[in-house]
Amino acid sequence: MRSIVSPVISLDRVTKSFQGRRALDEVSATIHPGQFVAVIGRSGAGKTTLLRSLARATTTDAGAIHFGDVDLAAVQGPALRAHRARVGMIYQQFNLVRRLRVVDNVLVGRLPHLHGVRRWAALARWFAPTERALALRCLQHVGLVDKVWQRADTLSGGEQQRVAIAKILAQDPRVILADEPVASLDVLNGRAVMDTLRRIATSANLTVVATLHHVDYARRYADRIFGLREGRLVFNGPAAELSDAVLPEIFGEFPMPLEPAAEPTLTEAPAA
Amino acid sequence: MSVATGALSGLLAGPTPQAPPHHTPIRRNLAVILGMAVILALAGRIIELRPLELARDVSNIGIFLKGYLHPSFANVREYAWQCVVTVCIALWGTVLAAMISVPLGLLGARNLAPHPLVYLAARRVMDVLRAVNEFVFALMFVTAVGLGPFAGMLALGLHTGGVLGKLLSETIEAIDPGQMEGVAAVGAPRLHVIAFGVVPQVMPNFLSYILLRFESDIRSASVIGMVGGGGIGFYLWDTIRAFNDREASTVILLIVAMVMCVDVVSSRIRRASI
Repeated sequence: MRSIVSPVISLDRVTKSFQGRRALDEVSATIHPGQFVAVIGRSGAGKTTLLRSLARATTTDAGAIHFGDVDLAAVQGPALRAHRARVGMIYQQFNLVRRLRVVDNVLVGRLPHLHGVRRWAALARWFAPTERALALRCLQHVGLVDKVWQRADTLSGGEQQRVAIAKILAQDPRVILADEPVASLDVLNGRAVMDTLRRIATSANLTVVATLHHVDYARRYADRIFGLREGRLVFNGPAAELSDAVLPEIFGEFPMPLEPAAEPTLTEAPAA
Repeated sequence: MSVATGALSGLLAGPTPQAPPHHTPIRRNLAVILGMAVILALAGRIIELRPLELARDVSNIGIFLKGYLHPSFANVREYAWQCVVTVCIALWGTVLAAMISVPLGLLGARNLAPHPLVYLAARRVMDVLRAVNEFVFALMFVTAVGLGPFAGMLALGLHTGGVLGKLLSETIEAIDPGQMEGVAAVGAPRLHVIAFGVVPQVMPNFLSYILLRFESDIRSASVIGMVGGGGIGFYLWDTIRAFNDREASTVILLIVAMVMCVDVVSSRIRRASI
């Protein structure tokens, strides 16, 4: 595995507004290499905005985000693509190319690493045998070698999310950003996906930042938990310190009407 | 009123709730209907819409058509060959159109254009190509490459290129952005984002549009010979203008047969490819 450790991610008073409403309000935090961070909060608390800012899929209004010594506000063009290549994204809706085969979806992760003739050949979906072998290895890691020739849209949700993980394995990132990775999956698939993420993070010393709206998942898998409420970071501590007593600070007072995220007594996280 | 015995039965006690006030826009609907009627009436006057005259003199058409009842097969080999030429014009015209439409369609899609000005420019170019009839393009190309099928093919390709480009750009604008983001997020170069995130999504529709336009290009190619663009259109024009009814009848029959054959084959391929 890689000897280069993931960079320290630091956020300094990061602020982002949408039509006057603050999605992120002076968020400051540090994420250390190899940490598994869960971001929790109600819908609209700014979890996804935080993740998209880290991926530099959106720009921030004020404050600074640093990956190591790279200032995200300054990256553009090739530097931005290099940043994206170092950051693996996992989405709630998987975002695989549905009409492409599983193997081609995994090979998408290799696109930023191709040079010269191979880069041009990839436009016609031609990949060198070494790249294909790498893709197979990644699929083996998530247990989907036998689905390699199937079209992505023929797989179940859990399988698609595992293909998405194989894709970012092929991408070889230092940091994984996962936006509600299990919200579309049932309990078993959700656990399988979280276990895989946890395993990768530990074995390759990757940093993982995952938004989760189930507190149980956050407690079980994360080292550190960020609690967002109306754009403000109201909790930042080790998973063990997230007691039931502090949950109202993040989610508001109970009982909240019809808010599945606001049920801390839930022992088994249901499928969303 | 039927009596509910199931889940609904528990809801029937008590007064019916008052719905919030709601106005059916009767006046607006009447105004729209009236406006349409006025526009249609005016348009009818302008095009001299006189259905009574049609009913009275419809028999004249019969006299005109009489000459067409006995098609002459003296020159049928030459006409058949010109039908082959016509199909070839449409074939190459559609290929040229597809080649023109790819760059225009990519640049003219709001979600792919590198700059709003590029988007606007591509859209305007496509508008012009679509607005100018293939006949006008044919007249233009005849001055450059002379009378013949080459001019016709260029004219068809240019006009259809605008149509296909517009269809392609609108297909691209309707793609699922998540699938494209999934490719862009790995840091893939721009062309690769298009090749993996866009092309697989638009390909089935684009192929089907190309075939659809090929069918319509066959119809255009069969008349483009009227202005010197080659193909069967020249004989159509020539025989009709010379009141050579029996020859014109043969030409029209051949055109109908050709269009029908191509439509059948093309629509079969279209359905099989989806």
